[in-house]
Amino acid sequence: MAGILQDKDRIFTNLYGFQDWTLEGAKTRGAWNATRDMLDLGRDWIITNVKNSGLRGRGGAGFSTGLKWSFMPKEVKDRPHYLVVNADESEPGTCKDREIMRHDPHLLIEGCLIASFAMQAHACYIYLRGEYVLERERMEAAVKQAYEAKLIGKNNVHGWDFDVYIHHGAGAYICGEETALLESLEGKKGQPRLKPPFPAGAGLYGCPTTVNNVESIAVVGTILRRGAEWFAGFGRANNTGTKLMCISGHVNKPCNVEEAMSIPLKQLLEEHCGGVRGGWDNLKAVIPGGSSVPLITREMSETALMDFDSLREMRSGLGTAAVIVMDNSTDLVKAIARISYFYKHESCGQCTPCREGTGWMWRVLERMSIGEADPSEIDMLLEVSTQIEGHTICALGDAAAWPVQGLIRHFRHEIEDRISQYRTRRANFAGHAIAAE
Amino acid sequence: MPIAKVNGVETEFEPGMTVLQVAERAGAEIPRFCYHERLSIAGNCRMCLVEVKPGPPKPQASCALPAAEGQEIFTDTAMVKKAREGVMEFLLINHPLDCPICDQGGECDLQDQAMGYGRDGSRYAENKRAVEEKNMGPTVKTFMTRCIQCTRCVRFVTEVAGVPDIGMISRGEDAEITTYLEKAVDSELSGNVNDLCPVGALTHRPWQFHYRPWELKRTETIDVMDALGSNISAQAKGAEVMRILPRVNEGINEEWLSDKSRYIVDGLQKRRLDRPYVRDNGRLRAASWDEALGVVAARLTQSQPDRIGVIAGDLQDAESMKATLDLFRALGSANTDCRQDGSALGVGPREGWLFNSGIAGIEQADVILLVGVNPRTEAPLLNARLRKAWLSGKTEILVIGEQADLTYEYSYLGAGSKTLSKLPKPAADLLAKAERPAIIVGGGAISGEAGPSVLNALGALAKKVGVIAEGWNGFNVLHTAASRVAGLDMGFVPADGGLSAVQMVQTGALDVLFLLGADEIDASASDAFKVYLGSHGDNGAHGADVILPGAAYTEKAGLYVNTEGRVQMAERVVFPKGEAKDDWAIVRALSERVGRTLPYDSLDQLRTRLMADHPTFGRIDYLAPAQAFDVASLGKKGDLGDTGFVSAVPDPYLNNPIARASATMAELSALRIAPVAMAAE
Repeated sequence: MAGILQDKDRIFTNLYGFQDWTLEGAKTRGAWNATRDMLDLGRDWIITNVKNSGLRGRGGAGFSTGLKWSFMPKEVKDRPHYLVVNADESEPGTCKDREIMRHDPHLLIEGCLIASFAMQAHACYIYLRGEYVLERERMEAAVKQAYEAKLIGKNNVHGWDFDVYIHHGAGAYICGEETALLESLEGKKGQPRLKPPFPAGAGLYGCPTTVNNVESIAVVGTILRRGAEWFAGFGRANNTGTKLMCISGHVNKPCNVEEAMSIPLKQLLEEHCGGVRGGWDNLKAVIPGGSSVPLITREMSETALMDFDSLREMRSGLGTAAVIVMDNSTDLVKAIARISYFYKHESCGQCTPCREGTGWMWRVLERMSIGEADPSEIDMLLEVSTQIEGHTICALGDAAAWPVQGLIRHFRHEIEDRISQYRTRRANFAGHAIAAE
Repeated sequence: MPIAKVNGVETEFEPGMTVLQVAERAGAEIPRFCYHERLSIAGNCRMCLVEVKPGPPKPQASCALPAAEGQEIFTDTAMVKKAREGVMEFLLINHPLDCPICDQGGECDLQDQAMGYGRDGSRYAENKRAVEEKNMGPTVKTFMTRCIQCTRCVRFVTEVAGVPDIGMISRGEDAEITTYLEKAVDSELSGNVNDLCPVGALTHRPWQFHYRPWELKRTETIDVMDALGSNISAQAKGAEVMRILPRVNEGINEEWLSDKSRYIVDGLQKRRLDRPYVRDNGRLRAASWDEALGVVAARLTQSQPDRIGVIAGDLQDAESMKATLDLFRALGSANTDCRQDGSALGVGPREGWLFNSGIAGIEQADVILLVGVNPRTEAPLLNARLRKAWLSGKTEILVIGEQADLTYEYSYLGAGSKTLSKLPKPAADLLAKAERPAIIVGGGAISGEAGPSVLNALGALAKKVGVIAEGWNGFNVLHTAASRVAGLDMGFVPADGGLSAVQMVQTGALDVLFLLGADEIDASASDAFKVYLGSHGDNGAHGADVILPGAAYTEKAGLYVNTEGRVQMAERVVFPKGEAKDDWAIVRALSERVGRTLPYDSLDQLRTRLMADHPTFGRIDYLAPAQAFDVASLGKKGDLGDTGFVSAVPDPYLNNPIARASATMAELSALRIAPVAMAAE
């Protein structure tokens, strides 16, 4: 058997869509089983168990889900509570929520009910990425099935009036940022809001709101069914549970797989993906958590564990666990330049550092990718990235800065080589920078 | 009060303040572009970053961060400085280096702050961004390449002006501020976006390339384009007023100014009367002061006192009205009137013609009934107040009169007197239940024949629903003329047996008609000998037999009383044109010729006299607290008839001689009627 996680411990048993996705099929796999009993045990029981399971948000930031839920007001006052599910999965390399919504939509809907009950929300909005058309159709069909079976809706069998609304976005990456998502959901331009106030205080339409990733919500039902201890039994302390990992790039068999947290990166690649193309030694770099986290080198990949803390120690991050593998054939400078272009393209333009800085970084990187740059610009680029990082309203600025920082941190020599090659090729190169050296 | 530490100094602050406000209170200057006290917080320029403990180990935008007890705020650490320098560099990389030809140069926030946080050279080797210019109408000139996307303009027009005409489209570095469909900003407050713009992206179109800010001599004075008396700073280069900017007065205009008050300046230069004229054989010819005054004096002394009369205009200062009034009373004439519009005001207690709640006080009202008034055209800044009150969600607005777009929602009750005589029950109940109800009545309802009875009916309604209560007087008259309240306060109305303005202009009514800057009344039917004293060659001057050139409001010192009864002092910005003189001095000279020398030789003496006769003029910049009065005694009981109330100002851009001389006002006026023309096409 490959990997650590055994088949019996998988939450997403229909990840690959080999079985029936409908309510009937989902029920045979355990969804909607004993949901009423869980609700009967009360909100505190649910939140405590989610806390105890150690579930950390699966959308990238890794904030404790149970703790987030506990930030909601204890009593519903003049404003209703809302649950918003962030299904605007747009991080390059990430394709896990897509599979959940296609093949296990009922796990998500059940999770929505449980989470909404725990936070006393009667309505839940699922904000889908604009490009997810099939996913929307599946979700809408699944929601319809759930309504018809009286699992949700008014006077449902669970005794908690609850409505689910599917909202289809228009395809902007920034709408995956929770407050931009709320703006978009309200019908406005998708631009992140200032925090504070946080959504738990004033979110959708100014009401207390919790925004959770699809995966974070979809695992809740199973966690409660099988117990927090079961979930907490996987992975290292503080990094518990199972996680969908999406491996793409230069591996023999790119795949989505549910694995235990803290699985060694090397084991993940070797056992699930048939190894790196051309063998482990052909590996050049890995982006372990979606395009926004800094890349790590082969040496680091030897020892990296797929969890929040291990990757943070390596100054990278688990992010969405979207592993992008790059072998020696990769032009890393060009690759990061492409990622930079993505962030430049997706910047909302609201705040200065991101609006102006992302375009600057991309242009410099494009020049660097052909070597048409000055070596001193490498340090300048690094400085520009730090001028963006941490100075913006939302995390897109950080996301744009980190890949560039990762590149310069580990592959500075590649840029320098590129520049000197470019100059050698031009015998008559009389750049001012050379003259200055 | 909670206490925070700013750079180690303990500072008290009020709950709800932001870190930026607390730091300012402690004297720490915080650079900013997007933050503005009167607009919502955007937090997007990132210039106001500070370090805050406790908090994440990164700088925070102080404009948006609530201050907290025990917080430590650092505004000058290395981290803060580096962060701000970074932001400044980003702002500058795509900002053109055209300060020498930019109208904002010299008073540009970006320029100033670049001195503090800018690098000495640019590291940006790429091409700079260029952005197409946008059409935002006759008041706003755009250079969008200079835009730093602070969105102050967007927030102003959506929040304060109440029109959704400016917004940001596209995203990332392609984000642009635009009017979407390239149309003019449909707001009478559009000029304020030019003031708000921290860079030279939006500048004043009518004045573009006319001056550099450091060349201007600034004079603090009072606006007369509507009856609010907005506080302005009129700025002159040589003998010419180049621009008018608002001054802060929380009670009146906050820090905004209407387009009319602001862009009137070119009207001050055109069609000016700069020498006396006398009509000879049907043609006006230039004359000397001596000759002109002599002709007028002869006519006045030869005529019977009851055959001479005077009408005061809308832009007159109190002193010249007082001098004229004294002169005509001395001549024995009872025919004096300052109400060109023929309104029914002017008798009874002073509260009967004031905006009693005060301009700022109207925000306290919970139900406001507008009668025959369109505040958006008659007093744009009052309209902004009403919108502010409406936005707060605590104020409901009812309208009798024209159904105009006022930038806020209101319940429309009906068109005119019929609705007033029988108010719909829900509206009557709403008013009766209100704690602080207010009625705003405009000239449109109380002028004309039915004026007194409408006023009486309104008074009765006001009494019935308790518009006047302990500490609250919600009976408000919105005047449209800057001179009106002063005129009424000094009794510039017909004395016993005297003729009203409307009667004076009838055929055969008078032998000599003296028009003191009165251009808004049609005197063409009058066969009297007409004397016009004023600043512009407009309606009044056209039919005049003698023209005495006076001073426009920027050219004389004078007192004005605004619609709420606040006396304000205007200052001379530049001297009158050519041979023109101060209005009061002309009247004083004339009084000598007619042998009734007025007992004052200087403006000071005149003012002293005015204040002695009418003590209200002595309380400058003073707003009287709410005073009860017998509101039901106003006007005269009578048949209300069945007429629709029409606003007294159908076109605000053409309702006084200065405005009619202004090319900018003509453009703005054309824009107002443009949609109609399009529909007709």
